[in-house]
Parts: sequence; structure tokens; C-alpha cells
Amino acid sequence: MTVPSTSQRLAVNRFVLDETECHIAVDQVLACASGTADRLIACCPARVYSRAPDGTLAIEYAACLECGACLAVADPGTLEWHYPRGGFGVHFREG
Amino acid sequence: MTTEPDFDVIVVGAGMAGSVAAHQLAQAGLSVALLERGPEAGSKNLSGGLLQCQVLKRTFPDFLSRAPIERVVDRQQLCFLNPTSHVALDYADQRLRQAATAVTVSRARLDPWLAQQAEAAGAQVMTGLRVDSLLRRDGRVAGVTSGSDELLARVVVAADGANSFLARLAGLRRAPARHQQAVGLKAVFGLDAAAIERRCQIDPAGGLALTMVGDCTQGVAGGGFLYTNRDSLAIGLVLNLEDMTRQKADSTQLFERFLAHPMIERLLEGGRLLEYGSHLINEGGLAMVGQTVFDGLVLVGDAAGLTINTGLTVRGMDLAVGSALAAAQGVAQAIARDDTSAAGLQGCREAFEGSFVGLDLRRFARAPAFLDNPRLYGPYGSLLADLLFDQYHLDLSPRRRAAAQAWRSFKRSPLGLGRLAADLLEGARAL
Ligand SMILES: Cc1cc2nc3c(=O)[nH]c(=O)nc-3n(C[C@H](O)[C@H](O)[C@H](O)COP(=O)(O)OP(=O)(O)OC[C@H]3O[C@@H](n4cnc5c(N)ncnc54)[C@H](O)[C@@H]3O)c2cc1C
Ligand code: SF4
Repeated sequence: MTVPSTSQRLAVNRFVLDETECHIAVDQVLACASGTADRLIACCPARVYSRAPDGTLAIEYAACLECGACLAVADPGTLEWHYPRGGFGVHFREG
Repeated sequence: MTTEPDFDVIVVGAGMAGSVAAHQLAQAGLSVALLERGPEAGSKNLSGGLLQCQVLKRTFPDFLSRAPIERVVDRQQLCFLNPTSHVALDYADQRLRQAATAVTVSRARLDPWLAQQAEAAGAQVMTGLRVDSLLRRDGRVAGVTSGSDELLARVVVAADGANSFLARLAGLRRAPARHQQAVGLKAVFGLDAAAIERRCQIDPAGGLALTMVGDCTQGVAGGGFLYTNRDSLAIGLVLNLEDMTRQKADSTQLFERFLAHPMIERLLEGGRLLEYGSHLINEGGLAMVGQTVFDGLVLVGDAAGLTINTGLTVRGMDLAVGSALAAAQGVAQAIARDDTSAAGLQGCREAFEGSFVGLDLRRFARAPAFLDNPRLYGPYGSLLADLLFDQYHLDLSPRRRAAAQAWRSFKRSPLGLGRLAADLLEGARAL
């Protein structure tokens, strides 16, 4: 068996995308200076966070599995994260 | 309070804790609203899937025959995984099947069933509704807000899961320390039932729960699991957040490496990936429970910090149910006496302390500190494999007696005798 990559694993999931509201916001300067950015990149099981070519932190919120691990490892004040609006986001069919 | 409440009780979150609390309260004749942010109950929820179900059998006498369970677990394996070897303890027992105290479940199927039980008992279930905050009036919790809507209740039961945002936002609960939380990554692979039974050496009626430590987390505190569903395998990793960030480990890399381990690869061979998810897990045990009863508010399940991780099993679902039963009992008493202040709701806490949840939390209070021990996640598995290798690998060199051989393996390992003895003692005390 070839091990499916993160994007292949996410591709089988069902998501109801909220096109009008993003539920993640990061303070770029603070997140990069405090080392939070690297922690977010390493800890997120959905690879929502990545380094953009210009060095800032890119956020692919549509892939979020809503675990909250990012918020738990972020320094205070660097990340705003809340659940997507009711009815939106990941929709587990196995769980 | 001058305004009449909309409900006697508002329960936030239709997970295991929330649905069971709503069911009990509705059965007691109270008006109950059960609010869930997902489009249906269970659509946001994830567990490993090994449910200690005795408490649910007591609550719903027909649980085993009617609830959507996957398999009755009658085979348990504990496995030390090393990079190129593994050492396992394998325990299969027909008595486990007859007793049926542990079953595997899929939350996307079980949670809707539980919510239906609450609804059938009279609770009003509202899905697709995210509660934004607790509503406070006159220094007490008086309801919840969602967008511009306000719903009032005599008591709010927060069953909103491990992030426990409602209590945290209201300043009633501190954010847990990083070492008290883990992130779980899980994938489900579809495989036909016959293949699962052959590979896992179980009967059509039986099931396997396989727990792994060691190389699966590359030394990060945590472990792996593989549980058999009817026609799928659930496989996952649990990684302590503090240890993972300290070691700068990458969760997805660890997960992919775990799936590629030869032992795992063989079990999953030919499986079709059905889903991938992640979720937070409480790991602080008794130390992270704290205050659970406030004026007009009770916390239950993961929202109250409940989970027991013994290294052999993660228990959260049965504790969620047990805490919900205790809370429902206390809330019904408080409403009957028309005192829903923290003092009036103390019956929730008393019932909780006296239940199996409170007793087991106290019993395993030392487990989190013991499981923080880095030696569990590397050296011990290698030492075991070395001991067995020396015994089974007959390379024509003169044989030593087992004890002498063991001593040699032991001296080669980075573990000292004092350490081993201390760890054994600590393990015996903690678990
Ligand atoms: C990888 C992993 C493996 C595990 N393995 C096991 C195991 O094998 N056995 C075991 O017993 N336990 C296990 N657990 C723990 C177990 O999953 C939890 O303890 C259990 O799910 C807790 O139930 P709960 O009802 O308290 O919370 P949850 O199941 O998390 O339910 C919370 C509910 O609240 C809803 N909600 C949250 N916020 C809001 C809001 N603002 N508005 C409206 N609704 C909201 C959520 O959508 C959800 O439905 C595991 C956990 C993980 C992550
Ligand atoms: S909640 Fe989980 S999946 Fe979503 S961005 Fe944070 S870490 Fe990633």
C-alpha cells in the first residue's frame, strides 16, 4: 500500500465550505517572531498552515478538521481561531 | 430574573455527554433544548472507537441490540513497535465477548442514535446551530447566544467537547496546559469483513483492539491504535502537544511514517481510505478537571476535562456518559428545589464524585505523570526486542542462559537497573 499523502487523505473527506467567512486569523508579525508560525505548521494534521514564498504564513482554512490543536500550541495573541459557523466545515461520516 | 426562560435546561453539544444528559433530563419531565453546531449529531465528532459500554447498557437496556455498534471486542493486543521489529502481548478471551463490556463504535453513526433517544424522550434537538457564548445575567449563567439570538434557561449544561470554549470564553475555565492535551490523528480504511477477521484473527462476532507504543510516535509521548469496525479498520496516533512541540515533530509526517510501518502496512493492505480526521484529547486526568459547577452552569464530558489515559486505553466516552448521568440527576434536583445557583447544583458534583467516573479518576490520578516518562516511548520496546532476539536467534555462537543473556541485552540498552526498578514501581503505583 502506498501511504496516502495529507492532501489525498483530506480529499476523501466531506467538507461544507463557508465561502463568506474564514474562521482562522493570524497576527503575521507576532506569529513569525514568536516561533508560533513554525509550531502551527508542524502540528496541524491537515497542513492548513504553510510558509508562503514571501515568508508569511499561508492559511488554507477550507481543509481544517476543527481539532483546535493550533490554538493550543499558539502563543497568546498570535492566533484567532473559532469553530466555523453552524452547519459549515468538516462533516465526518465515520468519526 | 424577570424574563421567563425558554427552556428548563439548554444542553450545548450533541456528543456522547450532551445527548445522554438531554435524554435523562427530558425523561425527568423537564423542557430541554439540545443544540449542536454540526449539521447533524456526530458530524463533528471523532474518537478512537473503543467504547467501554457498561454504563450505556445500564442507561439503555437494549443498547447492544439496537444501538449502531460495530464489533464486540474480545481480543486485546499491546504492542511495542520498534523501527524494524515489534513485541506484542496478545490476549483473547471468550469471556470478553460474553461480557461485552467493550465494543467498537463509529461516532458518526452512534451519536445520531443517542440524539434520537434524547429527542424521543422529548428533548428539542436543534442542529446546525453554533452557540457563540454563555449569556450572563445578574452574575450568573442564564442562557446562551447564537448570532443575534438569545435563548434563556434555568440551567445550561456545557457538553461542548475538549476545547471547552464556552466556559473558557466566559472566564470560568483556564486554557489547559499543553502537556495536558494531545492531538489525535485518525484514518478509517474500508475492508471487507472477512479480510478483517482473517488478518486480525477474530470471529465474525468478535473484534480486536490493538494499542501501540514506541516507534509509532518516534519517541513523542503518545501511542497508536488500531480498532476493528464491522467492515473497516480505524487507525490513529495520539501525540502529546507539549512533547510534540518540544521535539519539533511534525504530526502528519509521524502519521504517514506510522502507516508505512511493515506491521501496519500488512494490516491495511488493499484497504480503501474512507476518512481522515483529527481531534483534541484531554490527558491531564484528575488534575485538569477543576470546578465543574457554577451558578446556572454545569460542565460535562470532555468540556469538564474528563479522560483517563492509562497507556493501555484512552477512556473518554464512558466518562462523558457517566458525568452526564450525574449532572442530569443534580440538575433535576436543583430545578425541583428552585435553586440553580452553584450551591443548588452541588448535587451534580456529589453524584459525579460518587460515580465510577469520580472513583476511576482518583484511582488513576498518577497515570499522567507516569506516562510522561520518555523511556516508555523508545528504549523499553527496543530492550524487549533485543531480549527476544538473543533467545530466538541461534547463530551457532555458544548459548548463554536466559538470565545471562538478558543481563547482556540490558547492559547494552541505555536504561539503568535503578531506572528500570523505579519505573516498574511507579508504573505499578500509577496503573
Ligand atoms: C483520536 C482519539 C481517540 C480516542 N479514543 C477513545 C477511545 O477509544 N475510547 C474512549 O472512550 N474515548 C476515546 N477518545 C476520547 C473521546 O472521544 C471523548 O472523550 C468523547 O468524545 C467526549 O465526548 P463529549 O460528549 O464530552 O464531547 P464531544 O464528543 O467532543 O462532543 C462535543 C459536541 O459539542 C458540539 N459543540 C462544540 N461546541 C459547540 C458550540 N459552540 N455550539 C454547538 N455545539 C457545539 C460538537 O460539535 C460536538 O458534537 C478518543 C479521542 C480521540 C481524539
Ligand atoms: S483546528 Fe486542527 S486542523 Fe484546523 S487548522 Fe487548527 S490544527 Fe489544523
